[in-house]
Amino acid sequence: MRNDNASYQDGAFFQRDRAWHPPAFTPEYKTSVLRSPQKALLSLGNTISEMTGPVFGHDMLGPLDNDLIRNYATTGDPIGPRIIVYGRVLDENARPVPGALVEFWQANAGGRYRHKKETYLAAIDPNFGGCGRTITDEEGRYWFRTIKPGAYPWPNGVNDWRPAHIHFSVFGHAFAQRLITQMYFEGDPMIWQCPIVMSIPSREAVETLVAALDRAASLPMDTLAYKFDIVLRGSRATMFENRKEGN
Amino acid sequence: MVQKLGRLKESPSQTAGPYVHIGTNPNFIGIHGLYAADLGSETVPEAVRGERIVVTGRVFDGGGNILKDALIEIWQADADGLYPGRGEHRGAADPAFTGWARQPVDGVTGDFRFETIKPGSAPYFDGRPMAPHITFWIVARGINIGLHTRLYFGDEEEANATDPVLTRIEHRGRVPTLIAARSDDSGQPTYTFDIHLQGDKETVFFDI
Ligand SMILES: [Fe+2]
Repeated sequence: MRNDNASYQDGAFFQRDRAWHPPAFTPEYKTSVLRSPQKALLSLGNTISEMTGPVFGHDMLGPLDNDLIRNYATTGDPIGPRIIVYGRVLDENARPVPGALVEFWQANAGGRYRHKKETYLAAIDPNFGGCGRTITDEEGRYWFRTIKPGAYPWPNGVNDWRPAHIHFSVFGHAFAQRLITQMYFEGDPMIWQCPIVMSIPSREAVETLVAALDRAASLPMDTLAYKFDIVLRGSRATMFENRKEGN
Repeated sequence: MVQKLGRLKESPSQTAGPYVHIGTNPNFIGIHGLYAADLGSETVPEAVRGERIVVTGRVFDGGGNILKDALIEIWQADADGLYPGRGEHRGAADPAFTGWARQPVDGVTGDFRFETIKPGSAPYFDGRPMAPHITFWIVARGINIGLHTRLYFGDEEEANATDPVLTRIEHRGRVPTLIAARSDDSGQPTYTFDIHLQGDKETVFFDI
């Protein structure tokens, strides 16, 4: 993939393990049937177009952007179990990814999204918007406060339900690392009945999307904590690096 | 036994789902008061150098239906071919230019529209010039992992003919799926880039 003169540390990302990710065509998830490319992807060694990526500064964040309990509330707190979700954004070399923009969105405690296309009977919560964002610190850490989302039904099978989940969008340091995924909650039996979850080929891979309940990090009489680390693609550059990636 | 490499696995992708706008474009769907503007919807500032262009198109599924719920991100070099942001070590890009934008397709027509500048040429990893291009990343309900592709410019025939990526495409009949035709009819240079997720006209998507 590279010419002989290229430095070993030229920053190319490890090849994405396509067998670890869900394939494009997963007929149990019906919408994928007509939206899945059928021809082979063009394999392309990283070029400057993929090894670069946009920068988002902390100054774009509002003070409540990582507080879904307060960022839309007008008449009181939203209904539902109060939780903190925290973790780190790492790369495949287990190095922290500082300055990573993390966006998240979710249904309310009843499983209802604030979206015009949503038709589930559960009530809208007037005090819950359902989205937030943050940027990782120098150690790659992030956290936000929210309410635990409910499970919800969706039109796929006659009676399919999504397990409780939070959607995540993550920007690393390069466009090659761009990722959207979902976080699930420890102990939820519905994880293993969901066609979207089961689009992931291995149980081992699914388990990396299940956040761990962390009683030690929970606030007494206040908020339960869940830990959710996110791993982005690693590169040969960060393998050999001593300085922190924060440039 | 051998030592462990100790690597982590990339978090597996999951679909952006039908409600992706709540997280990325809340104002677009009427959730106001959280963010002043949807990230990536800002117009390119006056100070940015380069030819102003419009990039527009639609996303089609394998049945020829237009997607009304897709989300598209673009990433590109500045007018000199330098990338803003991280990872560019050849020089400083135009400081007024972010290089990145994001738009949901229109909920009724399915059209997307980016007002940007035409990028310059950047080098392939062996130093050969790549033709000017814009990276596209497409997510939506039913797309399990984000799709990467590139828009190349129809009026760059010479550069496209020697582009190291386009020339690697074995099935030459598929090359036109990456080339956006230019029109100046509206007074503003407009490139139309339709994306076909599946079928005879399937766009070339990249594993990068
Ligand atoms: Fe969801």
